[in-house]
Amino acid sequence: MATRDLLIGAEPVVRLRARRRRWSEDVIKGVLALCALLSVATTVGIVIALFQPAFEFFREVSIVDFLTGTEWTPLFDPQSFGVLPLIVGTISVTLWAAIVCIPFGLGAAIYLSEYARGRTRKILKPALEVLAGVPTVVYGYFALTFVTPLFRDIGLRVEIQNALAAGIVMGVMLIPTVASISEDAMSAVPRDLRDGAYALGSTRLQVATRIVVPSAISGIIASFVLAISRAVGETMIVLLAAGQLPNLTLDPSETIETMTAFIAATGQGDVPTGSIEYMTIFAVGATLFVMTLVMNLFSIRLVRRFREVYE
Amino acid sequence: MIGATPQLKSARRRGELQGKLFQAFLYLSIAVGLVTLGTLVVQVVIRGVEFVDLVLLLESPSADPQIAGARPAILATIYLGLLLIAFTVPIGVGTAIYLEEYADKSRWYNRALEVNIQNLAGVPSIVYGILGLAFLVRGLGLGRVLLAGAMILTLLVLPIVIISAREAIRAVPDTIRQGAYALGATKWQVVSRQVLPAAVPGIATGSILALSRALGETAPLLLVGALTYVAFDPTLLGDFTALPVQIFQWTVRPQEDFKILAGAAIIVLLLILLTLNAFAIWIRNRYQRKW
Repeated sequence: MATRDLLIGAEPVVRLRARRRRWSEDVIKGVLALCALLSVATTVGIVIALFQPAFEFFREVSIVDFLTGTEWTPLFDPQSFGVLPLIVGTISVTLWAAIVCIPFGLGAAIYLSEYARGRTRKILKPALEVLAGVPTVVYGYFALTFVTPLFRDIGLRVEIQNALAAGIVMGVMLIPTVASISEDAMSAVPRDLRDGAYALGSTRLQVATRIVVPSAISGIIASFVLAISRAVGETMIVLLAAGQLPNLTLDPSETIETMTAFIAATGQGDVPTGSIEYMTIFAVGATLFVMTLVMNLFSIRLVRRFREVYE
Repeated sequence: MIGATPQLKSARRRGELQGKLFQAFLYLSIAVGLVTLGTLVVQVVIRGVEFVDLVLLLESPSADPQIAGARPAILATIYLGLLLIAFTVPIGVGTAIYLEEYADKSRWYNRALEVNIQNLAGVPSIVYGILGLAFLVRGLGLGRVLLAGAMILTLLVLPIVIISAREAIRAVPDTIRQGAYALGATKWQVVSRQVLPAAVPGIATGSILALSRALGETAPLLLVGALTYVAFDPTLLGDFTALPVQIFQWTVRPQEDFKILAGAAIIVLLLILLTLNAFAIWIRNRYQRKW
């Protein structure tokens, strides 16, 4: 504040402002801002594309029936628009994905951040990242043609398409998502905290689980939420390996249909524009969008918090 | 341990055992991912390798798996890649420059812009497909064409390009900017002649990784295009099928031979993506400077 007052009072010795405004500089700034505006336009476009037909849909189907109905048969007679089977199908797959990616992702993060030495870390970290780079259609193929037959060979009674194989493969795919964000958060924990704990005689296990994990907890939870949001929004694995049969069950051995699989299966076909069947794509899409949006905003918040604490 | 009581000793032993068990769990965590990855690659190669041949690369799809190829799909994937580079790099880098060099962070709209981009990065890819279906395919009446597919994939990976380009730009030290200003450069001269050249390796790495993510993407293309049966070479405004979509369609065929063919196509796709990734890593190691 004090320096500012001084400056306001003083007469500038040399005028440091350019004598004339360079309009080309303004044009460039404008063009760059226009690029940035495209991302805003995308968001607006998504909201309009989803919600406008969704509102039309809800004029014909009550939103209460949609959210509480237990039958989803929009494409045959008698039509029924209860989205619960799709939501339960999504939850079922997501649950199995979470059971795999949360413990193993966190384990991988703790290993990379607290246990691995420089060289091992340098090799293992990118190797694990490769998992995130494999296209999802390949995971779907793997779940359908390898994991499900494997389950059957070891005596599990699962259908050809089932929630279990899709969920577990998706969980493995999400391990790097959990691991890399959690590891970022753990690396941000100051060394002093660890040294302090070691000085008091803690073991490595105690330092990792009682000091580092609690200190990085907001980032770790953010990674869980983000992974779950990805699982909810994943399409190809569930389309191939979990099936296209709306089924109100949490039994992982059965064929089910998720929200994303329904959208993909219906959107591919030649459903006539403007028909109620066409609008179901958008109603389900809007539901999916809102669910993932809430989770993403929550995790962005949490990540920001751990950055604020230690930086 | 001199003078250690028996209780202390047993507590210590228990601690050691716990530590070992925990460490075993950590090894397991790493192994789960790597073993799955290895199994996946080996399984796909064993299954598909017999169909990886010139027929696969040069012929069109057919009802007979013996003579079916993925030529239109491979070509379309290459075209998509070229279009994606042309679309995403200028727009993505432009946005990143705006946010890092020009935007006043104290303004609410610039902060909202940042959150918006972070958010877009988390929107499920199928939702982008819906966007394309509603606006490009049906709204604009473009139809299910290659260009529509390229535009939707552009929007899908743009946040990734922006985020990585911003990191690359941010890594250029301020002293370089100040030096240029001190010599009388204008803002754009500073950005275009000092900051951008220094950030090129980082931007290139990020863009190539985003490209490889886009080329493996299937779900949005199912909605925006990608017919079941495309037996001709793709054009900008014509029907198309991309390699991942072709894999999907062969996988859902009931005949076992088509599943093998899908495996062969996966090998080709993974090779393309692997090459891109290796290239990105090479650029990073070769050109990236530590300031």
